[in-house]
Amino acid sequence: MSRQSGEIILDLKNVSLSFGGVKALTDISFDVREHEIRAIIGPNGAGKSSMLNVINGVYRPQKGEIILRGQHFSRMNPYKAARAGISRTFQNIALFKGMNVIDNLMTGRNLKIRSNLIQQAFWWGAARREELLHRAKVEEVIDFLEIQHIRKTPVGRLPYGLQKRVDLGRALAMEPSILLLDEPMAGMNVEEKQDMCRFILDVNDQFGTTIVLIEHDMAVVMDISDRVVVLDYGRKIGDGDPDAVRANPEVISAYLGASH
Amino acid sequence: MLYRENGQFKTSYAADQQIFPIAQDRWAIFGLLVVAFIGVPLLVDEYLLRAILIPFLILSLAALGVNILVGFCGQITLGAGAFMAVGAYAAYNFHIRIEGLPLLVSLLLGGVTAAGVGIFFGIPSLRVRGLYLAVATLAAQFFTDWVFLRVPWFTGHASSGSVSVSNLQIMGWQIDTPVNKYLFCLMFLTVFALLAKNMTRCAVGRQWMAIRDMDVAAEVIGIRPLFAKLSAFAVSSFFVGTAGALWGFIHLASWEPAAFSVDRSFQLLFMVIIGGLGTIMGSFFGAAFIVILPIALNQFLPAFGALFGISISTAGVSHAELILFGGLIIFFLIKEPHGIARLWSTGKEKLRLWPFPH
Repeated sequence: MSRQSGEIILDLKNVSLSFGGVKALTDISFDVREHEIRAIIGPNGAGKSSMLNVINGVYRPQKGEIILRGQHFSRMNPYKAARAGISRTFQNIALFKGMNVIDNLMTGRNLKIRSNLIQQAFWWGAARREELLHRAKVEEVIDFLEIQHIRKTPVGRLPYGLQKRVDLGRALAMEPSILLLDEPMAGMNVEEKQDMCRFILDVNDQFGTTIVLIEHDMAVVMDISDRVVVLDYGRKIGDGDPDAVRANPEVISAYLGASH
Repeated sequence: MLYRENGQFKTSYAADQQIFPIAQDRWAIFGLLVVAFIGVPLLVDEYLLRAILIPFLILSLAALGVNILVGFCGQITLGAGAFMAVGAYAAYNFHIRIEGLPLLVSLLLGGVTAAGVGIFFGIPSLRVRGLYLAVATLAAQFFTDWVFLRVPWFTGHASSGSVSVSNLQIMGWQIDTPVNKYLFCLMFLTVFALLAKNMTRCAVGRQWMAIRDMDVAAEVIGIRPLFAKLSAFAVSSFFVGTAGALWGFIHLASWEPAAFSVDRSFQLLFMVIIGGLGTIMGSFFGAAFIVILPIALNQFLPAFGALFGISISTAGVSHAELILFGGLIIFFLIKEPHGIARLWSTGKEKLRLWPFPH
């Protein structure tokens, strides 16, 4: 695969994170270039999800810093991250179960809403205009993800594969510049995985979105990603393009449990 | 006419986003409003208005407020009675202390004061949730009970905090007869229900529901829990406080702090749980269930007993009322834990598919 990757957009430097005595991440540095698909792989408990949580500010690392487009963040928080154009999906789907698909995607437009509570209460002026405007935007996402037929279904009633797709849709509705995907294909069958791959590649192509992806399916990772970071027990053990990572002996031993 | 949306095509998002997208619903609600505003005042006697319909309207308004906080934003509160008390006593103070302040303004300022107090007591929600928050809001209840009983300034130095208002009017319109009181409350409820519906279908409502359903995901999307939770407390307390002011001014006319005891808080919470959390409709169903059912049972039981030749004593009736009422609550909660509003919407859905349920 030869996609044109740009400048470094996100740079993580010496990030360490621990919970009490448990070290989740130890001194991890890697960068993400604009417009690339960057995969993070590793065995269970390697710290992949923690890594994403650090990037978008859900966890505060004890050490290290995050540089986003040249701007230093030592204390990232979810709001700042969202403002800076980082959105994400979740490993265990974290949709708003009581709301339908449209409303779930509309929450993704939250940061772009300017009208105040009073205007909204009277459904008046800016509030009304914005609802229509963002609805149109959300419909674009719905078309893109081919979920027109379920737009008014409460998400709690949807099958797992579609929920994953709505989760992606909510992240896309934010029009992010960096999209963090936490195991977007976990628990899916082959067709659903193919669909999801297609959507990820399309997002990357059409919108130029930078994608950071956690995935266990090696075939998928090796196929669609430009560069891969390998974590094991909270340490980085490999970094580079898929072929280099595949050939890395430390990676092989972590994954295949080869004799030491 | 069948309940169908066949042939009602939407060609704009505005048409799709209206409150009642189905034409039959629009007609039904229009009919309901006509009956409520014109039919009821003409047909219903004064006892029914005073004993059932006025309390029902005011408590519906309060339940609407509680539902915004508990049902839409997921923050349990046991302080609703307190916010009603704050609304009532604040409105009373504005009413007697500021000469010539219009009644409407006093009542709304009561709601605004309650909103401020609500925000203050909502601050713990940023740290604690669930049952712990319920206990924290209970503090509001005991605090206001104490304040209005012990601090004479708030009650105009009345003994044991009992106050009264009289000669209520708006621009010459005397609110003295039950019919006028009923219409006044109905106007409040109609407007406030519309405002609540608008908020819950707009950005702020989605923020509340997002916080309720999955707070981490909500934060990641850029929703600030601080704003979402405190705005829910503010709006909810505004509704509840206004209802409290109406309860004092219009329904009771003279009241003491006991009118807004912890019992009232529980009653309002039960209303929204039984009616349906997170639906506007549920607030009305819940209020109807809790206000009307006991009275209906009370009226109906002796006649029912007489049918079988059993005469039930007055004490027996009130015991039986409690037993049946409790039984019905349990029955509804087992049958449909999501409340009466869910039964209603399931019914409508079935009607739309009938006679081909697949």
